[in-house]
Amino acid sequence: MTAQSAGMGRAALARPRPRIRARDLLGFVFIAPWLVSFLLFDLMPIVSGFYHSFTNWNALGIADFVGWANYREALTRDPLFWVSVNRTLYFIAGSVPLGIFAAFTLALLLNANIRGTGFYRTVYYLPSVVPTVAAVIVWIFIFETRRGILNFGLELLGLPTIQWLSDPNWAMPALIIMSLWTIGAAMIIFLAGLQGIPQELYEAAEVDGANGPQRLFGITVPLMTPTIFFNLIMGLVAAFQAFNNAFIMTAGGPRNATLLYMLHLYNNAFRYFRMGYASALAVMLFIVVFGITILVYRSSDRWVYYS
Amino acid sequence: MLNSIRLQNVVRRLSIHTVLLAGSLIMVIPLLWTLSTSLKTPQQIAIWPPEWIPNPVKWSNYIEVFGAAPVTLWIRNSLVIVVANVLGSVVTCSLVAYGFARMRFPGRDALFILLLSTLMMPYIVRLIPLYVFYSQIGWLNTFLPVTVPQLLARNPFFIFLLRQFFRGIPFELSDAARIDGCGEFGIWWRIIMPLSKPALAAVAIFAFRDAWDNFLAPLIYLAGAPHLRPLAVGLYTLRGGGGQLPDTNYLMALSTLMVIPMLIMFAIGQRYFIRGVTLSGIKG
Repeated sequence: MTAQSAGMGRAALARPRPRIRARDLLGFVFIAPWLVSFLLFDLMPIVSGFYHSFTNWNALGIADFVGWANYREALTRDPLFWVSVNRTLYFIAGSVPLGIFAAFTLALLLNANIRGTGFYRTVYYLPSVVPTVAAVIVWIFIFETRRGILNFGLELLGLPTIQWLSDPNWAMPALIIMSLWTIGAAMIIFLAGLQGIPQELYEAAEVDGANGPQRLFGITVPLMTPTIFFNLIMGLVAAFQAFNNAFIMTAGGPRNATLLYMLHLYNNAFRYFRMGYASALAVMLFIVVFGITILVYRSSDRWVYYS
Repeated sequence: MLNSIRLQNVVRRLSIHTVLLAGSLIMVIPLLWTLSTSLKTPQQIAIWPPEWIPNPVKWSNYIEVFGAAPVTLWIRNSLVIVVANVLGSVVTCSLVAYGFARMRFPGRDALFILLLSTLMMPYIVRLIPLYVFYSQIGWLNTFLPVTVPQLLARNPFFIFLLRQFFRGIPFELSDAARIDGCGEFGIWWRIIMPLSKPALAAVAIFAFRDAWDNFLAPLIYLAGAPHLRPLAVGLYTLRGGGGQLPDTNYLMALSTLMVIPMLIMFAIGQRYFIRGVTLSGIKG
């Protein structure tokens, strides 16, 4: 996106500035719906959110300017803030690398020139079309201690059963396991990337006597870095904002074991109606997500291969 | 020598299939388990070890669940939101995409970059200000917050997807129409739209999925209006506290009912799904 966007930007600058004519105005008429929605639903909320993060605004609409007090409270006085940061990092560390590894491995296997690729692709993408709430309800039942099939499976293997959702040590692993169920979209993106690698490269490598692992790490992985990088950013951005699964499955419990940052924010905004404080939490998350995106982008030219 | 290579190849293929089949089972078991549980009585659900095929099969769960909760109302509400989202996205996103793809005006490219950058913007920064905005203009607890934004080309990804497609249509077609006296709106509606059915189908499918699936927005913006709850929020309210599910057979029947439209959409439009997901990766 950057390379292309930067190119487009430069092209626009290089072009001589055209006079505004009636036909130009017509262009604005076509994009008017988006312009209105950008102003109303993007720009206005962001400006107002930043502003209100410096107030003690509550649901009644009373707002006094309090300077950095909300930010200070989050960083120094709110014990649940750091709990939620810790829980979110745990969730990210568990779900993002595992998800990318699993999706990439599946894509490699599907790309191995075997029969039934279409069938497997359908099956692996299937969970991604299941509506979120239905999926979580299903997984709550799967994780049930006494009637859940996961514990039934553990029993079959002769392993001790686990109180998945009521044991603070196991609730987060349960969330991570569930997140792996929907790696289908990442897998499809990887598969498209793999199919774009020129076959001649492998043929040439084979002539040179490269074995399987050498071809994988010498050709496939380097050529796939842009796709890995894309899935990494998207995975990180989504994981930082993860809400639905934890909210429906455990509501942050047991004993705050799954209190993701977004849940803490939701509680402050919509349960305690501390909108000013919650706005500050939102701004901080916004900065972190944006910062990480830029950081990953910046570092990417060191390890991402663009042909 | 030749035989050993062939044997190696067979072993390789077999092991790949074994891994992929095992993975497929893990993917599908939760769905089959849901279906199986949705056809049981509470007594059958309590049986340990669990039975995969219920005996007898209790089909009536699917009828009784409509009496156990206001399911008809929830489905109706979901459909209202879905229809507004699908129609709104297809019409307004394609208008905007036409402007970006096939018209020239000052600042076009810069605005398009701005549009793409909103794709990366966390939704969370909008959530609270919009809640207050909606409450100030009296939109809370009405359908307006979950329908009106979609009537205003709210989805940058749809615009991106359509723009890519529109740019691939030969410009000679537009020029010929212009010579025949066709205006830009005529070209958009009578030439570009009919030629873009695959892309529009992809947008419609994704818009359907998003609207049917949408949970957080109706949860927050419709919190005080139980009679406007869509199915996603309704199903959530049925889930009791403490990790135990009340009337698991009904919950599983309702979950299955919620999955079925998506499965049908996926069966019909699978290639649009796959193409859309693939395209979402290309923009990276």
